Amino acid sequence: MSGERKLAGKLVLPGEPVDDEVQAEKPFVVEEGGVKRATVIGLVREGEGGKKSFVRLKGVYVPKPGDIVIGLISGVGVMNWFVDINSPYTAVLNVQDFLGRPYNPAYDDMSLLLRIGDYVKAKVVAFERTRNPLLTVQDKGLGRITGGVVVEISPTKVPRVIGRKRSMISMIEEKTGCKLFVAVNGRVHVECPNRDLEVVAVMAIKYIEREAHTSGLTERVMRLIEEEKSIREVR
Amino acid sequence: MVVKRPEGLVLVSPEGLRHDGRRPEDLRPVKMEVGVFKNADGSALVEYGKTRVVAAVYGPREPLQRFPLLPDKATLRVRYHMAPFSTEERKSPAPSRREVELSKVIREALEPIVLSEEYPRTVIDIFLEVLQADGGTRTAAVTAASLALADAGVPIRALVGGVAVGKVDGVLVVDIDETEDMYGEADMPVAAAPDIGLITLLQLNGVLSREEFNRALDMALTAITRIVELEKRTLRSGYVEAGGEE
Repeated sequence: MSGERKLAGKLVLPGEPVDDEVQAEKPFVVEEGGVKRATVIGLVREGEGGKKSFVRLKGVYVPKPGDIVIGLISGVGVMNWFVDINSPYTAVLNVQDFLGRPYNPAYDDMSLLLRIGDYVKAKVVAFERTRNPLLTVQDKGLGRITGGVVVEISPTKVPRVIGRKRSMISMIEEKTGCKLFVAVNGRVHVECPNRDLEVVAVMAIKYIEREAHTSGLTERVMRLIEEEKSIREVR
Repeated sequence: MVVKRPEGLVLVSPEGLRHDGRRPEDLRPVKMEVGVFKNADGSALVEYGKTRVVAAVYGPREPLQRFPLLPDKATLRVRYHMAPFSTEERKSPAPSRREVELSKVIREALEPIVLSEEYPRTVIDIFLEVLQADGGTRTAAVTAASLALADAGVPIRALVGGVAVGKVDGVLVVDIDETEDMYGEADMPVAAAPDIGLITLLQLNGVLSREEFNRALDMALTAITRIVELEKRTLRSGYVEAGGEE
């Protein structure tokens, strides 16, 4: 990787045929009449060991059970919250689940627990498209987000922000001293030692989103961080 | 409705050229652009000569009201609308009978290519605004919608393109404009997805013989193949430009 700006694979457009050996998720490459065709704009990338895979460049997030997402509380129900998870489907989080015990309105006040506009880190328990996804916060590291900032990017750009074997994310963490959590629904939680580093880390993430279809990205992001740090005189 | 042709207007010259100098199989200059709106998930601008249409796609998303939702697939909502300034005489901005009908026709031209089963209980909104009308607005709208859908990342089986074939003074001509439509004998808009060999829209206004119809359809499909090639080049250019050579 020299940091040169090139397309990170072969560009494929909707309706164009894709080779049989290319690995792809189902709705993004479909087989019809014996021919596999792409249904969205994507790149065919060659990975380790010459394995080819199809990476889409645009689209929405559809939840899968087991996904860790960052949700935004968008509504309050009688015994649950409605959570915007950056998807066409609004998720549901039950109060009992958030408390970890039965909810009694006589002495529990939902408005003290979560409010509209709060971010929560949660896991998708169940989703099969006939009903809205159900979330849980009963796991390690899940719950209300209390510090830092949440950056929103396109869910399709998430793999690039993480990088191969977490290379990109660990580079950003090392260079800025921030802690990053990238949720599959395209929200990134950034916690930094100070405001300047936070701005630099957010810039880096936004840069990756813009340039996700190019190769040599890690090198260029590293240069960007160094440059921005020297402008802001932070170490 | 028979409109009297202005004196001196020659639709097809003795040399076989049309009133604007094109040959019968020529398209008007076609211009396409994607990503013209920042707030939409996908957008496109398509120009066929003086006809100019913008498309914006939102979705798949949760609608504000729940009644349009279908349990097994995404609902496609298409709004074709002509701007009040798009025609010679001001057009009332209220949706006319024609616009409501064209919205339906365009929706049906797009439904076969959108993989709506993948996003049940959501809506995909497509807004088509005709900025300038000079014939062939519905076919330009289909082309723009197809580009905007691809730009939004909505899974589609293939790109569609549209073009109208007409008969003026007994000659079959591709991509007819307003003048040819008004004083010609027939107008046949066609939309198709050449990659998967699918015709998604076929209308005919006027009379064509069986043999003429077959010839007209062939001409339309050839023109559509060229339009879809242009669509692909437009979609590709945004990325190749940003990333240099492949």
